[in-house]
Amino acid sequence: MALHSEFSGEDTIAAIATGITESGIGIIRISGPSALEIGEKLYRGRNGKADFSTWKSNTIHFGYIVDPSVRENIPSADMSGSREPGAGVIDEVMVSIMRSPHSYTTEDTIEINTHGGIYVMNRVLELVLANGARLAEPGEFTKRAFLGGRIDLSKAEAVMDLISSKNEFARKTAINQLEGQVTAKIRKLREAILYETAFIESALDDPENYSLDGYPEKLDKKCLDLMDEMDRILDFSRNGRIMRDGINTVIVGKPNAGKSSLLNFLTGEERAIVTDVAGTTRDTLEETVRVGNVLLNVTDTAGIHHTEDVVEKIGVDRAKRAMESADLIVFLLDTNAGIDEEDISIADMISRQLRMGKRCIVLLNKSDLPSHMKDEEVKNLFRMNLSEKTDAGAPIVNYRKISFCTCSLSTGDGMQVFVQRISEMFRTGEIYAKNEVFLSNVRQIQEVQKARDSLGLVRKSIADGLTEEFFSVDLMNAYTALGRIIGEAVEDDLVEEIFSRFCMGK
Amino acid sequence: MSNTIYTNNNSYQLQADVCVIGAGHAGCEAALAAARLGLQTVIFTMNTDSIAMMPCNPHIGGSSKGHLVREIDALGGEMAKNIDKTFIQSKMLNVSKGPAVHSLRTQADKAEYSRQMRHTLENQENLEIRMGEVVDLCTEEMEDADGKSLKKITGVRLNTGTVYHCKAVIICTGTYLNARCLVGEAITETGPGGMQRSTYLKDALETLGIHTRRFKTGTPARIDKRSIDFSKMTAQYGDPHVVPFSYSTKEEEVQIEQVPCYLTYTNEQTHEIIRENIDRSPIYAGIIEGTGPRYCPSIEDKVIKFSEKTRHQVFIEPEGRYTNEMYIDGMSSSMPDDVQQKMYRTVPGLENCCIVRNAYAIEYDCINANALKQTLETKAVQGLFCAGQFNGSSGYEEAAAQGLIAGINAAMEIKGEEPLVLKRSESYIGVLIDDLVSKDNREPYRMMTSRAEYRLLLRQDNADLRLRKYGYRVGLISKEQYDHVVWKQEAINAEILRLKNTRIGAAGVNQEYLQSIGSSAIRTGISLADLLCRPEINYKNMVGLDPMRPRLPDEVTEQVEINIKYEGYIERQKKQVEQFNKLENKKIPKNIDYDKVLSLRLEARQKLKQLRPSSIGQASRMSGVTPADISVLLVYLEKYEIE
Repeated sequence: MALHSEFSGEDTIAAIATGITESGIGIIRISGPSALEIGEKLYRGRNGKADFSTWKSNTIHFGYIVDPSVRENIPSADMSGSREPGAGVIDEVMVSIMRSPHSYTTEDTIEINTHGGIYVMNRVLELVLANGARLAEPGEFTKRAFLGGRIDLSKAEAVMDLISSKNEFARKTAINQLEGQVTAKIRKLREAILYETAFIESALDDPENYSLDGYPEKLDKKCLDLMDEMDRILDFSRNGRIMRDGINTVIVGKPNAGKSSLLNFLTGEERAIVTDVAGTTRDTLEETVRVGNVLLNVTDTAGIHHTEDVVEKIGVDRAKRAMESADLIVFLLDTNAGIDEEDISIADMISRQLRMGKRCIVLLNKSDLPSHMKDEEVKNLFRMNLSEKTDAGAPIVNYRKISFCTCSLSTGDGMQVFVQRISEMFRTGEIYAKNEVFLSNVRQIQEVQKARDSLGLVRKSIADGLTEEFFSVDLMNAYTALGRIIGEAVEDDLVEEIFSRFCMGK
Repeated sequence: MSNTIYTNNNSYQLQADVCVIGAGHAGCEAALAAARLGLQTVIFTMNTDSIAMMPCNPHIGGSSKGHLVREIDALGGEMAKNIDKTFIQSKMLNVSKGPAVHSLRTQADKAEYSRQMRHTLENQENLEIRMGEVVDLCTEEMEDADGKSLKKITGVRLNTGTVYHCKAVIICTGTYLNARCLVGEAITETGPGGMQRSTYLKDALETLGIHTRRFKTGTPARIDKRSIDFSKMTAQYGDPHVVPFSYSTKEEEVQIEQVPCYLTYTNEQTHEIIRENIDRSPIYAGIIEGTGPRYCPSIEDKVIKFSEKTRHQVFIEPEGRYTNEMYIDGMSSSMPDDVQQKMYRTVPGLENCCIVRNAYAIEYDCINANALKQTLETKAVQGLFCAGQFNGSSGYEEAAAQGLIAGINAAMEIKGEEPLVLKRSESYIGVLIDDLVSKDNREPYRMMTSRAEYRLLLRQDNADLRLRKYGYRVGLISKEQYDHVVWKQEAINAEILRLKNTRIGAAGVNQEYLQSIGSSAIRTGISLADLLCRPEINYKNMVGLDPMRPRLPDEVTEQVEINIKYEGYIERQKKQVEQFNKLENKKIPKNIDYDKVLSLRLEARQKLKQLRPSSIGQASRMSGVTPADISVLLVYLEKYEIE
């Protein structure tokens, strides 16, 4: 039950404390016993270190928020002398520290001031949640403030009034928002999970009537199907913004690999200066184009290569930054030229981006000329493990991260496949065809992810040869998580389902 | 309305501590518990020949019910001991599954079960058996600590006018109160099995503000064994090695000669007869108004509601060793006699069957257990407790469990000691009672393993480790029995620790041994505990790798093995329980005024005022109370504590 953790007061909560608007600055507040610990995991000072024990209470510090799961997360400021952040760096931030009881909640509190807009705020919040905090319920900081004796009752009660009315409002609006495809889909998922649980329970309760022989195999398959459907929801959700605002696409590749030709192919106009001299595109060019039913916000970059030329150096920096804010990276390789050092260093950069959920299409250009690249060589460029596994042994969300296309920009061969590939990668066809709705808030996405993880645990139990009663524990966890999305509690659904579906009792 | 006439024209007055109304499975446990705790106890029954009668199925235990029986035993109740003495077949269900859903089920010799329990009651010190109908409850008005007026029980009055003065009353009327039995259009105003029903208590309860409602249940026909062709059925035998129900019964005492049951099936012909005559079923004709249980549907319900099923299982079970009556499990019905005759005769093996007793439906008065505290005392009257089917449950085991708790708590109240309230996180009994008193139950309530959130911890194999301490605390478990459990727990912990700290190497002898027990080789050193996690390895078969093993009884090694093999799951559930307990331990003061808790939603306020939950945990399980309401309540309680 959701309640258990909500009121324990001993866990650590986090939320975006400022309104979610496209204003420049946003604050993520973390409060509770592990607040400092979580902060230390995510913060890196300019020296690459995070040692909160030396910080005094109620002080503010400049630094970076990094993704600790990415190896090269230490800001490279001091290592290379440039102010180039590493791949795992999410944002430049100011972090304030307030030690218990000198905070609003009276608990240890960390506030992260970001300036990266909604995307970065959500990204930081996701990291905080992934590292041990739980999303705060509405008004929970205030409740803790009251329980800690920080504010008096009249103030607390006024806040609680607001919370209950807000909850009611949120519940209603949440339902309205979701009415339609996603609610229907989540209901369907829940029904399927409940049916399986009820079957297991019926068989355990009345073993002489219902047999579980051969059932684990069936359930495993069922879980896989359900996880697949959840992946689709997660994908759609992540793609929802993209569908509305367009796919931020960046074209990279070493000089003269055909970047500008690609932009021209997409826009149908001679925008970028196309020459045979490497490095002619000095600045990034931005263009919004419609390809099939997909909206692309395309950025063409200067060829990324180490250069002493000051003008070009600016272009290279911009290209790197463009990659960071992109959804899709199109990497052009000149098959006629063969792979060199520069390709390798670009591929390395891309590999890091892919870990952060970006997608990439590798366009093997110049198929009209003899190739000096082997397939294996191309694939080996990306050091990332393409089939990452979770602890539960099941493959993680299929981001459809990377795809390879052979083409010739001068003849136009293979370009249809390329366009189609973009559409497939972002499931745009499905989104348009089925009029899919996406989950727009972190909490809901988190619940789907939880449900998916629970089903992963069911599969692990099956693989470990455990018996059915262990499956239903995690099946019900998945069911409950999904229920929280659409505001439906568990109550006695299971017992109802058992009686209505299965003929029980001797 | 009633065929009995009672009188108040009698000045005979008697004295007791506890009066128990009804001597079914709840009443027996309640009376024995109270008497064993040293209180002068009287148990009233409509008929002394029907003490601990089993008017429906002939089994004790089964999925989740077997857990209840073990828990009753761990607390010092009688049911497990009684069935160990009187069973005629025993089976551990779900043995191919994990330990949490293993469940013992026995077939009872009904007459023996009843006789044996009566013998125990008759010879119990401090306990008096009295035949007669209780027609009224005596109460007095008093003031509680806060000066509020409160009703308190003072005694019961029999139909003869005799009054028993007492300090506590436990109502366990089962299905007897205003009962009527239906066989098609034929209706008799009797309790189960033609026993005389009770009538007047309903009015006494209504006067005290405790409302009753109508529930219904049913039972199949009993058929003469000589008219059954068993060659057309599959015989079903008990386990070759029987495990006793009670922790006090020695294994060798239960290795008896067992009696088989038989399995057969209904068919389309059976279903056709039922469909043709459905308008003659009292339920479908609307004659029955009570709500029946869905888990125990009549054959009519099965055929109508699960029309896609072409056959249903039918178990033929002996009612006892010395009777020819056979119980037709799976075909309870309230069809008229002629339809019953036709319907049963379509079943293979029953073509020539002779019915001894008709199947019938029974309707009776019971209360909504929301009127009770978690101690099973009524909220309206101090000293008045209720247990068993009268509380809207069903099943012998559910009744016995409540009877035991009501008996204990009546005694605790009289002695001025702390009541016994078991948590959902520590027992099936806790789940049962919490569900009954907190949730909105609309049909007779049956225990199911799926109702227990923490069932991986609540196993039938560890009921003693979970509950003996409570039995000892209240005084039903001896020091010796309690010390044994304490020793057992220490021995388990020590052995688990030893297995975790004992490592074996990848030496050739070890590899050979592993191969000999069908396990794969180890690459590096491994602890015995880790090795035990392999599915093909158990405590017994890894003895060859563990020469320093201490001699330990099976009851210890069984726990060691379960705790190591399922450690991950057990730890996860323990964490959930910790969270759960935080809310359970947040008590709501008895005199809380919900109207003063601003910003509660109206629906929640009404529900809370009506049910008056004892803890935040209980409140959170009520329907109609949202997480936001709980938040509001928590804030209010903090203020309350500060003031």
